[in-house]
Amino acid sequence: MPIRTEPMTVNVGPHHPSTHGVFRLRVTFDGEEILEVEPVFGYLHRGTEKLAESRNYTHIVTLTDRLDYVSSMINNQAYCLGVERLLGVEAPLRGQYLRTIASELQRIASHLIGIGFFVQDLGALVTPLMYCFRTRERILDLFEMLCGARVTVSYARPGGVFYDAPDDFWPALDDFMKTFRAEFGEIEQLVLENEIVRARTRGVSPLPLDLAINCSVSGPVLRASGLEWDWRKMEPYDVYDRVEFDVPVGSNGDNYDRFWVRFQEIRQSARIIEQCVEQIEPGPVRLELPLLVRPEPGAETYARVEASKGELAFYMVSDGGISPYRMKIRSPSLINLTVTEHLLVGWKLADMIVTLGSVDINMGEVDR
Amino acid sequence: MAVRPLTGGELAEKLQSAVPDSVDEWTESEVWVRPERIAEAARFLHDDPDLDLDFLNSISAVDYVEHFQVVYHLTSLRRQHSAVVKTKVYGREDLELPSVYGVWRGADFQEREVWDLMGVRFEGHPNMKRIMLWEGYDGHPLRKDYL
Repeated sequence: MPIRTEPMTVNVGPHHPSTHGVFRLRVTFDGEEILEVEPVFGYLHRGTEKLAESRNYTHIVTLTDRLDYVSSMINNQAYCLGVERLLGVEAPLRGQYLRTIASELQRIASHLIGIGFFVQDLGALVTPLMYCFRTRERILDLFEMLCGARVTVSYARPGGVFYDAPDDFWPALDDFMKTFRAEFGEIEQLVLENEIVRARTRGVSPLPLDLAINCSVSGPVLRASGLEWDWRKMEPYDVYDRVEFDVPVGSNGDNYDRFWVRFQEIRQSARIIEQCVEQIEPGPVRLELPLLVRPEPGAETYARVEASKGELAFYMVSDGGISPYRMKIRSPSLINLTVTEHLLVGWKLADMIVTLGSVDINMGEVDR
Repeated sequence: MAVRPLTGGELAEKLQSAVPDSVDEWTESEVWVRPERIAEAARFLHDDPDLDLDFLNSISAVDYVEHFQVVYHLTSLRRQHSAVVKTKVYGREDLELPSVYGVWRGADFQEREVWDLMGVRFEGHPNMKRIMLWEGYDGHPLRKDYL
């Protein structure tokens, strides 16, 4: 007697450990194979763009911490660049260096989270994640020295940074960089050279480059598909035009490549930090701006940076008041999800979790 | 190796000759396209080999009370230049713009977001429903008259 089967629709999330935040996937399965996918989000929508319209330019820095909350330094930097461009000013050089150092440390921390959870999604519970967290923890210690906070840092401010680094920050950073290389080599070996990781991720869910471009995908996901495109190179901000670094590029855009790119980017971030430490010179870290700044009426800017997840941009319009008339946040995590359906349909349930991890989304930024 | 912003004049000249009656006006940094022509203009901006604007960075909407402004930030990854295209939609109720989803699939979530939070619908979008808020939600919170 034949067995009757029919497709089954399952909700993965909104509260599910593999969805990296409150995120829901409505998936229709035929057995283990995925037939249809619909991403559903908005569970963490706090109306950041609306809130910004009733806060002054300095207050908004704290809202940006809570976008991609594992990447706060970079969010702060992007926002502050936007305000500076609205005002037509530039931060002092030492402030720009400090922002760059902080952002690159943050990129390492953010990629380590991505990598740790990726291995966890593959089934290696907790241990590899703790290797990554061991290193990230020390980066957060450094942030605490800089600004007193570990996650919601608000370190960059319009016109520079909140405060100069304390004297004991530099030896601590030096110490971190020394042990970091050894620790990171260990993680890299454990993950990238692991036979199971390779077998599970190579050739899985490839993303063709033309589709990635058409879907506005950016960041490591775009580069994994084979395009050398990094806003730090293409539209240098702060001191990225004063340092040397490479832009790692993948070839197949599969799950392995997306992670391989993040590993390589961590190495490049370390290179940038070392050069910054060598080049940085004493001086002021922040412009003397009034407490309430008022950009020209009608001034607007689209300030973008290469955040850890892709192109993060603040489109700000001023009406001459103390708050932006409109502040739109271009969130890389949200837009990278455009390709979810393409990446998942036709693959199996066990790959779905890993693929979602390989896009490396953060719900604070998706929902804003 | 830096991305060059195209001037509004360059864009207007090319658009005007390829898509008649598409350009409203232009400034140094941007070009204003008539709302009913936006999808045709987008198709040209994407396909023209000299402009080759293959990457849609962002779609933003701004509420100016008497009209809504919709802004498209575009980049050509091959030619390494960028463009800003704007359009105006007048009124408060039943607003509609042609969708650019057929040109850039990256418009998918962004157009849904503009509809959800600003209340401008996109005609021709295959899945025009709310994205952050739920169906049945009353109003569009990013509008200036929503408190």
